[in-house]
Amino acid sequence: MTFPTLNFPVIAPQIVLVAAALIILLADLMVANKRILGWISLIAVIGALAAVFVCRSDSAAFPLALGGPSGPGTMALADGLGLFASAAVLIAAGLAILLAIERVGDFSRFEKPGSEKKQARSGDHPIAEAPGPQVTDRAGAYYALLLLATAGMTAMATASDLMTIFIALEIFSLALYILVGFNRRDLRSGEAALKYFLLGAFASGFFLYGIALIYAATGTTSLEAILHNIQPMSISLPFRPLLPVGMGLLLVGFGFKLALVPFHMWTPDAYQGAPTPVTAFMSVATKAAAFAALIRVLAAVASYDRPWLLALAALAVLTMTLGNLAALRQTSLKRMLAYSSIAHAGYLLIGLAAGNQLGVEGALYYLLAYTFMNLGAFAVLLAVQRRDENDVTGDRILGLAGRQPLLAALMAVLMFSLAGIPPLAGFFGKLYVFSGAVEAGLAWLAIVGVLNSALGAYYYLRVTILMFMAEPAESDQEISSGKVETLQPGWAVMTTVVLAVLGTIVLGLWQWPWTQTIAQAVSTLALR
Amino acid sequence: MLDYAWLMLLFPALGTLIIAFFGRRLGKGVISWLAPGTVLLSFAVAVSQFATLLGLPAEERHHEVVLWQWMTAGSFSVDLALLIDQLSVTMALVVTGVGFLIHVYSVGYMHDDPRYSRFFAYMNFFILMMLTLVLANNYLLLYVGWEGVGLASYLLIGFWFEKPSAADAGKKAFIVNRVGDFGLALAIMFIWSTVGSLRFADVFANADVLVAAGVIGTVTMLMLLAATGKSAQLPLYVWLPDAMEGPTPVSALIHAATMVTAGVYMTARSAALFDLAPTSAMWVAGIGAATALYAATIALAQTDLKRILAYSTISQLGYMFLAVGVGAYASGIFHLATHAFFKALLFLAAGSVMHALHGELNINKMGNLRAKLPTTYWTYLIGAAALAGIPLLSGFFSKDEILWYAWQKSPVLWAVGLVTAGLTAIYAFRSVFVPFWGQPRDQKLFHHAHESPPAMTVPLIVLAVGAVLAGYIGIPHLSLIEGWLEPVFHAGGAAAEGAKAAYPAAWVEWVLLAVSALVALAGAYFAYTAYVVKTSIPKQVRDSLGWFARLVENKYYVDELYDKVIVNPLRDLANWFAGTVDKAGLDGAVNGIAGIAGWLGGQARRLQTGLVGLYALSILFGAVALVAWLVIR
Amino acid sequence: MVPISYYLILSAILFTVGVVGVLIRRNVLIIFMSVEMMLNAVNLTFAALALHFLSLNGQIFVLMAMVVAAAEVAVGLAIVMTVVRHKDTTNIEDVNLLKG
Repeated sequence: MTFPTLNFPVIAPQIVLVAAALIILLADLMVANKRILGWISLIAVIGALAAVFVCRSDSAAFPLALGGPSGPGTMALADGLGLFASAAVLIAAGLAILLAIERVGDFSRFEKPGSEKKQARSGDHPIAEAPGPQVTDRAGAYYALLLLATAGMTAMATASDLMTIFIALEIFSLALYILVGFNRRDLRSGEAALKYFLLGAFASGFFLYGIALIYAATGTTSLEAILHNIQPMSISLPFRPLLPVGMGLLLVGFGFKLALVPFHMWTPDAYQGAPTPVTAFMSVATKAAAFAALIRVLAAVASYDRPWLLALAALAVLTMTLGNLAALRQTSLKRMLAYSSIAHAGYLLIGLAAGNQLGVEGALYYLLAYTFMNLGAFAVLLAVQRRDENDVTGDRILGLAGRQPLLAALMAVLMFSLAGIPPLAGFFGKLYVFSGAVEAGLAWLAIVGVLNSALGAYYYLRVTILMFMAEPAESDQEISSGKVETLQPGWAVMTTVVLAVLGTIVLGLWQWPWTQTIAQAVSTLALR
Repeated sequence: MLDYAWLMLLFPALGTLIIAFFGRRLGKGVISWLAPGTVLLSFAVAVSQFATLLGLPAEERHHEVVLWQWMTAGSFSVDLALLIDQLSVTMALVVTGVGFLIHVYSVGYMHDDPRYSRFFAYMNFFILMMLTLVLANNYLLLYVGWEGVGLASYLLIGFWFEKPSAADAGKKAFIVNRVGDFGLALAIMFIWSTVGSLRFADVFANADVLVAAGVIGTVTMLMLLAATGKSAQLPLYVWLPDAMEGPTPVSALIHAATMVTAGVYMTARSAALFDLAPTSAMWVAGIGAATALYAATIALAQTDLKRILAYSTISQLGYMFLAVGVGAYASGIFHLATHAFFKALLFLAAGSVMHALHGELNINKMGNLRAKLPTTYWTYLIGAAALAGIPLLSGFFSKDEILWYAWQKSPVLWAVGLVTAGLTAIYAFRSVFVPFWGQPRDQKLFHHAHESPPAMTVPLIVLAVGAVLAGYIGIPHLSLIEGWLEPVFHAGGAAAEGAKAAYPAAWVEWVLLAVSALVALAGAYFAYTAYVVKTSIPKQVRDSLGWFARLVENKYYVDELYDKVIVNPLRDLANWFAGTVDKAGLDGAVNGIAGIAGWLGGQARRLQTGLVGLYALSILFGAVALVAWLVIR
Repeated sequence: MVPISYYLILSAILFTVGVVGVLIRRNVLIIFMSVEMMLNAVNLTFAALALHFLSLNGQIFVLMAMVVAAAEVAVGLAIVMTVVRHKDTTNIEDVNLLKG
């Protein structure tokens, strides 16, 4: 029995994040101004990002080894892929924290349980905000959970053992379950959390069973060792036939986290019910982490052989088509964006289904582009959302161009990017993954993808029509007559939106630094 | 000098940004100078580029300006770069020249509009994107421009969104164009994965790789699909007539002179590919000829002045497709240029009529307007004559050239073109005689009619001069434009030589010239007798044609067909997905899949009572399907 | 000695029972227990395989999975509590605001 070796640089980002989360929980008891906690967590995320870059400068991968009779296996691997996905997750986390800093009170405050329950029984309506000594502010818990979720996601992106992947997945899932249900005043938030939690635990069961069966088939859970063991003639494996079953179940778990059809049904409910900054965060960061892990697993276990790719292609077609069709006729913009993010997971999957260098590179590029544009779109929704609301309908943005031209213009850029209009990042993401599919001989898949993006353009366009080509409805007159509070998005929200838009444009117009980084990240993988 | 080509893009880009963000503070006075000014500056740069190219020997008239390295994926890279050659400079001259005049006209036309600054921001944005499209040195940047002009077009069609018809028309244009764009996007992906580059020079030099890979037909047909969308050809032309809901200068600039010709431009630019795909080229010619004839018949039956012009544009674009389809790329571009002048002129004159009559466009309510609107009348007459192909005006030369090449390829195409020419002459002069001659049909309208301000009439006069003179750069056998453009399309020169050798004798060309001139004059004469002398003829014709006349008047019921066959089912499907599948459950979808899934679905409905359970069932269903596939494989 | 396949089949059966439990029960807490049953079925697989491969890894995984399950219980019960506060029910069908 050898002792495990620890390479601290590999887990440096997680150490920073977890330490910061604990510090915030302690500081929460001492400081009255909760905004300070937000800044601490933002600094922690930036620190973790710096740690990621330090790892990168050391170039070589750091194995975090766990010894065992079946040979030493690495638990985490800070290679190009892991670092790239970690960076995407951390960017998403940073933007999500910045987004929430001014608005976290909207959903983290609630009255003391006793009084709340009495009022809740008298009617189903959420309780109006009543400032007073009774109010508790759980902003500290919010930031701590967000950091823990981020730590889990970065761990998943760098994990190189099925067990580490599972633990990381559970770490961020548990944090996200709580975050989704964070708004105690709104039953929808609780309902979203309940559905997400029950189905998430259900999917985790499949995931874990998949790991167990792969373990049975190969005698190990280390991806590196699996790749070695399943080579013909390596060692005798009596349960080898269980491998495809295990992989199928594993893919169910991934499909759940990535919101692939038919594992997607929780997505619209959870995204709509969750507080908007949480939705913004989980819709992008979860995908980044899970996609990185899926790419790794496929490279090791499936070795990108044909039945796998066809299964992924089928999932991609279902996901894109259903996501886009369901998004067409939504009245809630949050729900529309939820379906749209399902559709985008489908586009991303095309890159993996292509299974070649170009496709996987395209998927990673798309992931980064998607991080910026989708987070930005949810940030705009938060900017127009009233403090007592947790949802945004179409008439909230009616004629927005007249009231807030800058915000409307930024939203239009994000919508065009999501719709895939060049020269924005979203277009190139689609171009790369679809071209990858064409190159892999899956032209039909690219055609379905392009048709789907035409379908998607319709509902993104509707948003711009509402903003630019319509006069505000009566709700706006209410605003001007002073019946409801006027909406002025705070500077933090605006900064988030501007950063997201900048990211979308820069990724589109100045892309060779990014594509080169991605090419390096992918070059170490065993692709076709 | 050629290295400064990017200035052409810079000016409208600055104009767009300044007007978009400071438009309201600047006020109408500044904008009315700024917006046309930026286009004029671009025009000046284009002229300087043109002059520089003229000073170079023919084989050096090809210059690429790399602005910055754009993207790299592996060994593959695309630069953000401009291509300056004869074709792109010709297009840039047309775009900025006509664009400038239309901007000036718009200053007068849009003067009282509350969203004045937004209008000019969109217009400058359009010029920027159109120049990007024509100056791009690779397919990707061309696609950027392609989508950009589509966006500008849709924003401008729906500019008066208070009118539901305008908002609908904008949406229709966008969606139909997406169908075409999808073709171009796929073509680009095929080229990328086969050739490994998107730069025009590389792609054309390696066109034989596409042939070897067997995708040249696919690529060119996909490009044709894209072109039919953008250039309003059969079967995707349906958006263009509705696009007339936009302000008239927009119709003139985007839906007559420039954007709709993008498909022709792209086909001509890809000449090297279409030369290697004769079948696709034949399709281009066939679709062009069919569209030309088809749209001309519809134009005959319209009563809305702008719609007559819209169908006429579709028909003329058909001519251009016919030209590029039979390999006469230079003639196609020549007709594109002359058409830009006379069609912009016609639209702007129609706008002037509209201005005078407070928005009335029904030609059956007008009459004798030449007494009230002399400048408009004369300029419109020149435009219509050029459209009809009356000898010695620009349309005559360019159309004749196309027919001449069509004759060499196939007499059938020539005959279709000739019949269309006759119809064109009839509807063109109908649109002159009915509103401008005869007796006023609506006294009140006639009484209030007044000539437009100079900001509108001066561009009309300039364009009228252009409509007369533009043809003289392409007189047969002296053709300047052909010699100028030809090197772009046949870099090797071998193909051109081969084609030249097969030309029929010269007397054939003169006979054909005479025939088409006679047809145009005959059409004009028929229009004169039918609409001025003996106005009962149209009714007799209509009666004698019976059901066919009704068919034509209702535009062959194509819009209705599209609604029935495509739009409604798609909407129903979306409703069904949004409503049934996700709301009531997966029952429908589950039942749709046979075997084990069907059995599970049946069990599910019996067992299943709650929503979360249903979601879980969906997961289980996916898991079973996935594992089954992977185990069986 | 009991063959390894017996363990694997038993755990597959247990897992299936858990899955069916999630599908057919309406009470949140019972659904929850069914999920725990699925996880424990997997634990049985891991433990059996650890014996089969004579490897400690499998047993470590059992411990890890148990920790995860415990954490899930804590979070899950808290979420159920927030819903019960609003609507005095543990029937999953009664919590149905979000749909469409």
